[in-house]
Amino acid sequence: MSVLFIVVPLALIVVLVAVVAYVWSARGGQFDDLDTPPVRMLHDDESSAKRP
Amino acid sequence: MPPALVSEGDGPQFCCAGCRTVYDILQSNGLSQYYDFRERREAAVRSSGRTFEEFDHSAFGELYVQPAGAGLSRTELYLEGVHCASCVWLVERVPLLLPGVARAELDIRRSLARIEWDAAAVPLSHVARTLDRLGYSPHPFRGVARDAMRRREDRAMLTRIGVAGAIAGNVMLAALALYSGEFSGMEGSYARLFRWMSLGLTLPAVLYPGRVFFTGAWAALRTRTLHMDLPIALALGAGVTRGAINTITNSGPIYFDGVCILIFLLLTGRFLQQRGQRAAADAAELLYSLAPTTARVIDADGSERELPAVALLPGMEVVVRAGESFPADGHIAAGETAINAALLTGESRPVSASRGDPVFAGTLNVTAPVRVVVEESGETSRLARMLRQVEESAQRRAPVVAFANRMSGWFVAVVLLLAVITFLLWYPRNEASAWDHAIALLIVTCPCALALATPLAVTVAIGRAARAGIFIKGGDALESLVRAGDLVLDKTGTLTEGRTALVTWRGDDSVKPLVLALEAGSSHPIADGFRRAWPGLVAPDPSGVSHHVGAGISGTVTGHFVVVGSPRLVAQHAHGGEPLLAHLAGQPLTPVLVAVDGAVVAVAGIGDRVRTDAGSALAALRRRGWRTTLLSGDDPQVAAAVGQTLGFAADATVGSATPEQKLAFVHERLGRARATRQPVVMVGDGVNDAAAIAAASVGIGVHGGAEACLATADVYLTTPGIEPLVRLVEGAARTMRVIHRNIGFALCYNAVGVALAMSGRISPMIAALMMPASSLTVVLGSWFGRTFDPTPAPRAAETVPGDSRVEVAA
Repeated sequence: MSVLFIVVPLALIVVLVAVVAYVWSARGGQFDDLDTPPVRMLHDDESSAKRP
Repeated sequence: MPPALVSEGDGPQFCCAGCRTVYDILQSNGLSQYYDFRERREAAVRSSGRTFEEFDHSAFGELYVQPAGAGLSRTELYLEGVHCASCVWLVERVPLLLPGVARAELDIRRSLARIEWDAAAVPLSHVARTLDRLGYSPHPFRGVARDAMRRREDRAMLTRIGVAGAIAGNVMLAALALYSGEFSGMEGSYARLFRWMSLGLTLPAVLYPGRVFFTGAWAALRTRTLHMDLPIALALGAGVTRGAINTITNSGPIYFDGVCILIFLLLTGRFLQQRGQRAAADAAELLYSLAPTTARVIDADGSERELPAVALLPGMEVVVRAGESFPADGHIAAGETAINAALLTGESRPVSASRGDPVFAGTLNVTAPVRVVVEESGETSRLARMLRQVEESAQRRAPVVAFANRMSGWFVAVVLLLAVITFLLWYPRNEASAWDHAIALLIVTCPCALALATPLAVTVAIGRAARAGIFIKGGDALESLVRAGDLVLDKTGTLTEGRTALVTWRGDDSVKPLVLALEAGSSHPIADGFRRAWPGLVAPDPSGVSHHVGAGISGTVTGHFVVVGSPRLVAQHAHGGEPLLAHLAGQPLTPVLVAVDGAVVAVAGIGDRVRTDAGSALAALRRRGWRTTLLSGDDPQVAAAVGQTLGFAADATVGSATPEQKLAFVHERLGRARATRQPVVMVGDGVNDAAAIAAASVGIGVHGGAEACLATADVYLTTPGIEPLVRLVEGAARTMRVIHRNIGFALCYNAVGVALAMSGRISPMIAALMMPASSLTVVLGSWFGRTFDPTPAPRAAETVPGDSRVEVAA
């Protein structure tokens, strides 16, 4: 059972990684508009070079 | 494309230019059968053909354009008619083809296109024209500056919620281990591990996402008001302090799980509420976007130039072409035309106007170009005054929020008082336990469940209602609709279908092709009504057709001389119309007689047909105790006739009401209903109803309404007809029952908690369990409470059998 002393901090590190990833995506504006990107996905890529 | 914007039976309509191109390709290749296999959802593509020169004006730039760095400018344009995936494609790709446009991005939910461009390389008007040509008429959006701030706020809020949620989940896991340890026995070292882990997780949760409650409470303290944040902050602070002390001393309960869940749930509830309020703020901005922005001014030397409408001055002369909106109030200096003033009056029939007649900004010039001398423009025009009224009415609705805050103020005061009493009761006996009990009371009575009860239930109900075709913007609408009160309905477009249609036809079927032959070439609304009524009929080619202005049309069809028109015109060519005309007596219809070779053979009743479900829906609402009033901008006689068929009392039918009168009417009803706290509900579809809709306790926009009206309405219906009103009222009642049940639960928990804490009997187990358990009950209660029937509404019957009725193409 004393393995808990290692596993629990490890689990917390995994959580920390997930939280950092989430904060990064939220700050980057990935949740600003949830309606348009799923539609944008349908577009062909041909002219993507022109997009900044 | 949202059904709210489809106008039925106007032939093929498209949500966007992309769909239209596809349609053309399918048509030209004989593949049009495709459209028989899919549900038809259509709306017109309108290209306004304007030059948008005012977009380059410096006055425009000051208002709407922001620098975006690297020599670029940024603006946001509200686009009409954005609805689907191909819209996104067109709006984001086509402007990029212009040299100098760096970025075009569309937010499909808000129909806002964000454009970044190099003002030196390409004028904004060029971009605007490109968008307009695609069928997305652009309007400047005033919220550009605020939008960036709002986006930052949203991101910060989402980050807080995410962090709080992750921490709450992990603290709950630790708490689970600790609780099972309480029952089955747990070694001290493991218990200490989990307690310290909880402490380590809770501290950042309180310091980062939870900080908003402390700043809120501090602000409330400084302004000496009682705010919901105050007990929350007290409970959080007390819980964490006590928990930390107990962790260090390794004795007694730690309240960390409750604290973390509390932070997470409260933040979520607050975020949901905030989004609802934003929608309302956007609505006001939208109104200004829809007002006309450009004018064509005639200079002294006779040359024309475009100016922003706000830059017009009294005395200037402007030219307004057919199909354009008047940019300012004034009077006609030269020319003769017909004006559609539906925006201001709700009367959809064009009124003829000539030299000297007044015109108003926002109304539509239908038939011919005219010159107008400006009298009032910009902020002083009648339209601007009306929009301001709308905005003011929308803002005045704040008292509901104020009331909620007062309620929570009382709650705070009672809780604090109880905590002090507990402390004083126990202090003489044992100082340490007095502190313990007072803190336990604060934690147990934390208004978590109470604060969540309403937003959660309302959010769930709004989601369900949306699936049933009813869009509700705020919770107060549901709250107000519970009590039956005054229901004020607009006529044109709300109770009726809002367009000229063939309502009755008396005569032989063999006459129909002859009538259609003449009407096929006419652009008159009545001709339109005939064409829509008999879509499948093949008409022979007429010859010698002559139009009699304002009276009718005549010509020779397959060897017969046919006259279709007003009784006066037909009487000049034929006789025997009286018995047929008698059929229409007393109905709000315009009679059109048909004469073939000198004999009147048929009569058509042209009018605005009453919606098929109006009668039954109104009856159902009246049974629930609603007092119904018909408030129409139309002619009093027409209003009275429609009112009579739908069972309105004679004194509850008001005709020829201007937008200002409609607003006054609603205010008067509101004043009368204040004592009984009954709601005044306004149902309408036009811009002329917008002010009244905004002022009413609940404003409802119906299917097919104007954008400005839908924007100010608290509720709008996306399925045709007014039967959804009945479902709305029923759903609101059920939602409020769920809310009351939630609050009841929360109060019960608190009452029990207070009793236990005051009597000093609160065990660590109960205190720790009661906080999350009460929230959980509320969450589950909201989720499973039956509010709105989630099944989509059956489409209203649009086809009515019988020779006298007309089939409407959907």
